[in-house]
Amino acid sequence: MSTISIIFTALFYISLFIFIVGMGKKIYQFWITPAPLKIPTAPTQLTQTGVVFRMIREVTLFESLFKSNKWIWLFGFLFHFGLLLVLVRHLRYFIPGDLPEIFLLIQPFKYAAFAMVIGLVGLLVRRIFVERIRYISAPSDYLMLLMLIVIGVSGAIMTFTDNHTDVMAVKAFASGLVIFDWANLPTEIHFLVHLFLVFVLLAIFPISKLLHVPGVFFSPTRNQVDDARKKRHISPWALKQEQDHAVKLEQTIGKDD
Amino acid sequence: MAAKEFDIPELPTYIEIPELNPGVMEGEGPFKSVAEFQNPLGFPGEKIENWKEVAIEKMGELKSKYRSVQVFLDSCVKCGACTDKCHYFLGSSDPKNMPVARQDLFRSVYRRHFTFAGKYFPKLVGAKELDDDMLDDWYNYFHQCSQCRRCSVFCPYGIDTAEISMAAREVLDAVGVGQKYCNQILGKALTVGNNLGLPEPALRDTLLDLEEEVEEDFGAPVKYPLDQKGAEILLITPSADFFAEPHIDGLIGYGKVFYQDGVSWTMSSYASEGANFGMFIGSYDIMRKAALRIRKAALDLEVSRVMVGECGHAWRVAYSFWNTLSGVGAGAQSSDEYASKLQNQLDHRYPQPQHIIEYTHDLIQRGKLNFDKSENDDRTVTFHDSCNVARATNMGGIQGGQFILPRDVIKAVCNNYVDMERSTIKESTFCCGGGGGLLTDDLMEIRVKGAMPRMQALKQVEKNEGVNTLAAICAICKSQFSKVLPKFDFDPYMIVSVHQLVSAAIILDKPQTEADDAEIAEEAETE
Repeated sequence: MSTISIIFTALFYISLFIFIVGMGKKIYQFWITPAPLKIPTAPTQLTQTGVVFRMIREVTLFESLFKSNKWIWLFGFLFHFGLLLVLVRHLRYFIPGDLPEIFLLIQPFKYAAFAMVIGLVGLLVRRIFVERIRYISAPSDYLMLLMLIVIGVSGAIMTFTDNHTDVMAVKAFASGLVIFDWANLPTEIHFLVHLFLVFVLLAIFPISKLLHVPGVFFSPTRNQVDDARKKRHISPWALKQEQDHAVKLEQTIGKDD
Repeated sequence: MAAKEFDIPELPTYIEIPELNPGVMEGEGPFKSVAEFQNPLGFPGEKIENWKEVAIEKMGELKSKYRSVQVFLDSCVKCGACTDKCHYFLGSSDPKNMPVARQDLFRSVYRRHFTFAGKYFPKLVGAKELDDDMLDDWYNYFHQCSQCRRCSVFCPYGIDTAEISMAAREVLDAVGVGQKYCNQILGKALTVGNNLGLPEPALRDTLLDLEEEVEEDFGAPVKYPLDQKGAEILLITPSADFFAEPHIDGLIGYGKVFYQDGVSWTMSSYASEGANFGMFIGSYDIMRKAALRIRKAALDLEVSRVMVGECGHAWRVAYSFWNTLSGVGAGAQSSDEYASKLQNQLDHRYPQPQHIIEYTHDLIQRGKLNFDKSENDDRTVTFHDSCNVARATNMGGIQGGQFILPRDVIKAVCNNYVDMERSTIKESTFCCGGGGGLLTDDLMEIRVKGAMPRMQALKQVEKNEGVNTLAAICAICKSQFSKVLPKFDFDPYMIVSVHQLVSAAIILDKPQTEADDAEIAEEAETE
């Protein structure tokens, strides 16, 4: 194997390790942090089924964002939906051997790259030119968008221009990572940049605002059932406090004259 | 201290997103609390020596106790969806009043001390130190948030600035930088039983006067009972209802509805307050202490129903938190001795706690109340959805009941009703500008500026539909509007309680006195 292939193979496992451990830790932290009070925001759902549908609408349609701002919604939706289709299409590289037939249907998804890049550019333009969004932006907010744009554009260059990369080699490399049968990877610069930034993205996922991906599922204002009068909702720390202090509190709040 | 001069915003035809005016609302914030009010709540009397360490430690504690705080601090992508949603930003144009920027005062410190990126690359991710300037900004801008939660409706992740604002205020209190208005009031609520500090004899006198007045005006012996053991209903209402205008007209209305239903009810001198300011300062424990008084009153008076009067923050705490804090509610497991004790006493044919609007609505539905709607014919009414009712609670057990029931009640007693523009009501309602512990004269500038978007929507229906009455079911809204309406050239008396409208239209049965009963009996005998 070439040196560059060894480096990229190592980078893949390192970034994947950081991603899995980091996200695991963060999700565990979200999970174990109690939500001591019922705080769902209207329009609240009175049943668990209602909550599930609300969450589905939030993560597939970005319902609240749609109510809020049509431009951010449009660009955000184009980006995320484009990214999803592109990711599905990328699965082909990681599956060893012949592809199941269903993957023939995925071929047109390559155009989703345009949706993704258009969405990202739209978000970046807003961030630069809309005064109030510029005000709230930190350098990392721009960098994150730029990084995703470079990933999207470098991928599109390989697909839609003459700068094709050797997809068979890519497949051998990528599926080799999955089954630990390592192979050399193509060394065109745009391919290496594409891949490197994807690894960076994986690695910074658990320490960046990309945490909105698991975060949205843990948001109490969205995922709680509005049944506060029907069920007693109490967190472990509050229950303990109640048990420890119950009698004492009843005494200390006696009538003051 | 003389009140600061400031311009009253003009009311535009359409609300436009203002150009940013950084620092325009910078300042010292509301009056600071002193040891006299701080210490009884368990807070240091003044800014402590090692405030920085204590503050960071408190932040760590809060993020591990509240999933909301942890998730909201991590999840924001600065998309900007909330930036034009806060009434204080729209009215003041100070960018730190944009919800995300307000949160970032807290989040940037969280980043610096609790995240990898913030520790090693602070400039890159906008992480900042907690220094004196930052603490001043916290004190100032987190007291320019009414915790109305309008931004959270529009956030793709449901990030609720109210939760961050509560956390920030809790940290401020922990280092001895408390707000006078809230903490002084909490002291009264926890010792005397209400926010105004009305002791039992004063309360009793007030209610007796009220009974006389109502009987004189309406010819019916409507009672306003206090501490009546064994009554069916315990009514918990904001203490403003006992004497302030227009609140008291609402209290008169509740009494008439109870009278007409023939139900026995009482208020409690021990727990005479509905509004729980513990929520404003973010303290679970203090909120719980205030709620425990209500629990104790319900147990002592042996009532089977607990009902809440017209008060937005009271209703949020009652509806969403009472079951958690003090067991007023249903569904406690039998192993849960603490909550079961009260829940066994309560009558679960009714929701516990219940809102007075739900109660009146139910009576109207069952045809138990008769109205002469023409009594309100001089009014064209619109309804202000109070934020804590609209965005945090429910009524009637139907989705969106908190929007439907109050409007139904108004329409049952008034002939002329119109709604304000859709994007300014219901779950998108604009705050009155005075909630969340801001209803103090030292914050008049932000109160007036924050009221602008609500006033704008009101102006439109006044102009186009001839609206001359603004009905609300929140004591803070009523007080705030009484003060700010004239600033925008409205009649200050156009703000009314919903039960004031009910009170005006309700037809009370002929009083049944003992003499009457005897007469009827005599007549029956002679026939």
